[in-house]
Amino acid sequence: MSPALINANPVVYEKKERPVRTRPGDAAFDEYATELIDQLEFDCICIWFVLFLMFLHHIRDIKDPEHPYSLEELKVITEDAVEVDDKRSYVRVTFTPTVEHCSMATIIGLCLRVKLMRSLPSRFKVDIKVAPGTHATEDAVNKQLNDKERVAAALENPNLVDMVDECLTPSFE
Amino acid sequence: MGDSTTINRVIKHIETYVDSSSSTSPSQQDASLDALAKLLLNDIITLELLVREMEMYLTTTDNIIRARGILLLAELLTRLSSKPLENKTIHSLIGFFADRLSDWRALRGALVGCLALMRRKIGVGAISGSDANAVAQSFMQNLQVQSLGQHDRKLCFEILECLIDSYPDTVMSMEEDEFVYVICEAIDGEKDPQCLLLTFRLVERLAQLYPESSTSLASYAEDLFNILGSYFPIHFTHPKGEDDLKREELSRALMLAFASTPLFEPFAIPLLLEKLSSSLPSAKIESLKYLSYCMDNYRGNEIQEQHETLWSSLKDIVLTSAPSSLTVGSGYQDNKVADEALVLVQKLIKQDKDPVSFLKLILKDVDVSMTLNNLSNYSNHDDITVKDKQRLNAVGRILHVSAAASVASCNSIFQSVFSELVNGLQSVMQEKDYASGGPKFGYLYVCVELLAACSTLVKPAEITYHDKETWCTMLHSFGPILTCSFVKTMKESTHDIYTHTVVMGLQILASFPGNFLPVSKSTFEEILVEFTSIIVLKFNNASAWRSVLNALVEIGSLIKKSDDFEKMASFDVIVVERMLALLSSDDLSMPFSLKVEAVSKIGMTNLKYMLKIVQELNTTISTNLQKYWLGGNSKSAEHAMLLLECYVEKVLPWFQNIGDTDNVPMHFALKIWNVIEDNTLFCDSLNEKKLLETAMNGMKHAVASCSEESQSMILDKAFSILSSNMSFQLNESMQRAEFSCREEWIISLFDSVIIALRPKTQGKNTKEILQIIMRALSNGHIPSAHALGSLFNKMPNDMQYFSLEEAMDITFNKYIVRFSNGDGDNEMGVSNLRLSNVNYGLVTSHAIIVGLAWVGKGLLMRGHEKVKDVIKFFLNFLISNGHRPISNGSISSPEDCQDLMSAVADSFSIIMSDSEACLNRNLHATIKPLYKQRLFNMVMPILLSSIVKSDSPMPHKSMMHRALAHVISNTPLSAILGEAKKLIPLMVDGLMILSEDVQNRDIVYNLLLVLSGILTDKNGQEVIVENTHMVIMCLTKLVFYKHMMLVRETAIQCLTAMSELPYASVYRFRLEVLKALSRALDDPKRSVRQEAVRCRQAWASISSRSLHI
Repeated sequence: MSPALINANPVVYEKKERPVRTRPGDAAFDEYATELIDQLEFDCICIWFVLFLMFLHHIRDIKDPEHPYSLEELKVITEDAVEVDDKRSYVRVTFTPTVEHCSMATIIGLCLRVKLMRSLPSRFKVDIKVAPGTHATEDAVNKQLNDKERVAAALENPNLVDMVDECLTPSFE
Repeated sequence: MGDSTTINRVIKHIETYVDSSSSTSPSQQDASLDALAKLLLNDIITLELLVREMEMYLTTTDNIIRARGILLLAELLTRLSSKPLENKTIHSLIGFFADRLSDWRALRGALVGCLALMRRKIGVGAISGSDANAVAQSFMQNLQVQSLGQHDRKLCFEILECLIDSYPDTVMSMEEDEFVYVICEAIDGEKDPQCLLLTFRLVERLAQLYPESSTSLASYAEDLFNILGSYFPIHFTHPKGEDDLKREELSRALMLAFASTPLFEPFAIPLLLEKLSSSLPSAKIESLKYLSYCMDNYRGNEIQEQHETLWSSLKDIVLTSAPSSLTVGSGYQDNKVADEALVLVQKLIKQDKDPVSFLKLILKDVDVSMTLNNLSNYSNHDDITVKDKQRLNAVGRILHVSAAASVASCNSIFQSVFSELVNGLQSVMQEKDYASGGPKFGYLYVCVELLAACSTLVKPAEITYHDKETWCTMLHSFGPILTCSFVKTMKESTHDIYTHTVVMGLQILASFPGNFLPVSKSTFEEILVEFTSIIVLKFNNASAWRSVLNALVEIGSLIKKSDDFEKMASFDVIVVERMLALLSSDDLSMPFSLKVEAVSKIGMTNLKYMLKIVQELNTTISTNLQKYWLGGNSKSAEHAMLLLECYVEKVLPWFQNIGDTDNVPMHFALKIWNVIEDNTLFCDSLNEKKLLETAMNGMKHAVASCSEESQSMILDKAFSILSSNMSFQLNESMQRAEFSCREEWIISLFDSVIIALRPKTQGKNTKEILQIIMRALSNGHIPSAHALGSLFNKMPNDMQYFSLEEAMDITFNKYIVRFSNGDGDNEMGVSNLRLSNVNYGLVTSHAIIVGLAWVGKGLLMRGHEKVKDVIKFFLNFLISNGHRPISNGSISSPEDCQDLMSAVADSFSIIMSDSEACLNRNLHATIKPLYKQRLFNMVMPILLSSIVKSDSPMPHKSMMHRALAHVISNTPLSAILGEAKKLIPLMVDGLMILSEDVQNRDIVYNLLLVLSGILTDKNGQEVIVENTHMVIMCLTKLVFYKHMMLVRETAIQCLTAMSELPYASVYRFRLEVLKALSRALDDPKRSVRQEAVRCRQAWASISSRSLHI
């Protein structure tokens, strides 16, 4: 695990414009319209994911008042890393391990997969991938994460399940 | 002298207090202290006697008992602070306590005692100077303040403070050095906030006590300041919740201490300057505040020496923290540092003495002069870089505060920069090709900032002006050029920021008081003319139009405030008259809504204008109404609607605000009635329902704000018009007749008058009014139902010739057929509605049911017994299934019957809910508290039992549930919780039944909200636990309620809340809930999905086994 990852001069990106959401009571609200499952759905997941990475690196408690930017503005994870297609029931998440030899890559991926499985209808196929060129054993990790049998086996292991659950708890608050 | 029993009591009390073992509780000790104090206060025992009795406790060698004994005496003295005592007694007591200061084991009592005696007022026997001296000497010899506990330290500081405050002569007569030294020693290293507050005050008092020339203070000043200085800036390293207030208090006390004597100046200024360059914003703000405050009390030598350093750091602060938006005249709302810095700049300039001048520093400053010289580069607002904007803003603000500091500073600033500015403005004006975006923005901006500064220097109260002052003469000579170039820019610029700046400048020019000569009357009038022409002609540019209008409003209200008659007259002629003409003109190019807005806003500045405008408004409203009535002109209808809305939303509240509530609304109402009276010809095809509604609303508000006399006047007028109309004349037959348009207007407006009456307003013709309204109601006219309800709500109890009971009987007899069926009980059902005309049966009976509901509401709100009759009728209607044989043949089909049933069920919603249209506080309803609870208690048992035993068919049952749901969702939650046990099964049942029909979706939602309210209450949860299965089944079904997202969302939230219930009661439903939720994850709405994820996690984690994934 790497030591604290404090970046003294973060590059700040502008926040993306969000389409306005309508709520009941607005004139534009349509009771029977369908809001597709799209990248917006992953707002909370993205933010949780970054929190979770920080947790893994034991820097969760460090608050940096000098850089009061939200995590998305720092582009630690972007919406572009999540690809969703509601019609075809398909999600692909590409994540970037923080260092090339990060031993936690598989556990991060597993957490991500469990989180998505719990948050999406069962019809979805979830693909989790390490961003190309960011990890030493990229292929091995990808294979492990997308092998149904191996994921199921991993979740039979009570220690692993406990760990995943613990990691996921903050994301449901 | 007390007898032996009293003495025994005294001894017992003393023993209780002194006893240090655990056998007596603190409250007992306090009680005995109180008892002793009472005995002393009432002179049942004397102090001497008490002291004699206590002798042993005061002198014993047992440290604990001695401490308690002395403390008892001291506490007693504290409580006797206002009881006169002899000087001899006081002398011997203070001698004792002063002596006891050396007894460190029993110190608390001695401190409390000294303090109590020293704080006594002269009138009741205070200690003498020599006694005070003795205390001080003993204090100095015996006490090491910093080695004591927190509370003792606090007492010590209080003693010192008391010495300085009450015995200054004693302190002065002591050896100075010694006393100051003792104080230094006492406060050095103090850390407790409460004690610190005292120490800061102590230093402040000390410094004020000694003259500035005092050698001892001078020699100790550095030490004292070193002790104080280490606390600056006040900052808590471990902040807790309420510290902010404490911090403020401490910081203020320290500031006062800093500023207490000029002797601190050589030490304070360098420290504050040093902290000014700190990176902590709070430290910066504190230093700036302290500097501003100290400036008033210091002699200023040190500050003058530091002028340059000070200026450079202030400049840095302002330059770096100024925002980049260039709006004239606004402070930096969110930038306290810059604000404080500017305050300090102004203070420094105000203190300028001739040889050394802070202002010169500013004017000579490289940055400032560079910015001013480069103004011509800042030509187009959009081209200025953010950094330059910041700099321009900073320089503008600095010049503004400097000019606003004093007349002299304003003079020199004008001298050095103003002519150049105006020349700059003018030169651009003369160039031919400045169309590229108006004049150079930089010049404009700084000019307006300076003008704003001038306006702060001129106070309307002063009679004479310094017309000889340089800035005034300059302003006078440049005035025309300025106005001219401003006006030109305003007319030609298309850019918002230019117009805003220029309008601001013109507004400032126009706002100088009338006797201020540099800006002449003709200039003022010219500006008004220009503004008005913009209002009339340039309405296409909305933001410029608004800013001009606002400027006019500001000018108008300023004139009002200063009572400037000359200007008021000009304003009247130039602006108000023009606006009035606007209102009545037929020119259609300007949108009417803008006209109304301009007129009403201008009117609100002054009562005089407003009265004029109201008159014009009345005329315009009536002409527009007439046009509409005669020809069905939709344009006039729209205008009338805008005017009426303006009347209700702006004019009437304005008059209410200034306390004139009678005249204007009364004239308005009478005017409308007059117009109706005069116009007997109405076009047939008037279909603007909305206009009628607006007119009714206007009538309601106008009548509601009138006094009782005016109301009865309006009522008489309205009634006379009403009764002169043929179709409202009473005849016994209940023929349903179609109202003509005019009749519809008349009856609707009449209803509005009735709705808005005050309870005390007496109408002469209540009976006739009642009958007319009832007839209108049977014609299906719903506003009459509101009027009927209001009538019953407000009708006085003690009317001589027409009582409320009588009115009730008339109403009931007219609408409902009663027939006794043997057992004496008046059963009433659907067939009992008296309907005369078969064809209109349904419409009429609907209206009658609504009317009865409003009558019920009116009676319920005033707490009248007769409400029971109405409620009984409704309940019987619901319970009797409506399948009685139909006697008079009016209602035939089961569908119609069903329809009426739902109307009856909905009437409970009318009775229970609050209404905007009538029967609220604004419309003077009589409201008894808790009326909703009363209805709840009345209706609930009957509905409960009938639903439970009813085996009637579904549609019928659902009507009962509908009524129940209305009652439940409008009752306060606390009342529901009391009955939750009985209600939960019914609510669940109701939710299931009602959710079958789309029409009921709002009812379902409201009912579900009540359920979620029960779920969040602790007592409610207990009831839920008993019915878990039922509730969960219902909720899991509602999760898929497809007609309303909020229902789904709330159902899932309820489920989340249920996961917190005791494990044993919910665990067995886990799988079922999870199954439902996994389907909810695919809900069409995002917020439902997100709730589902959260809820799923909550349910999954109630067991140690994880989810099946």
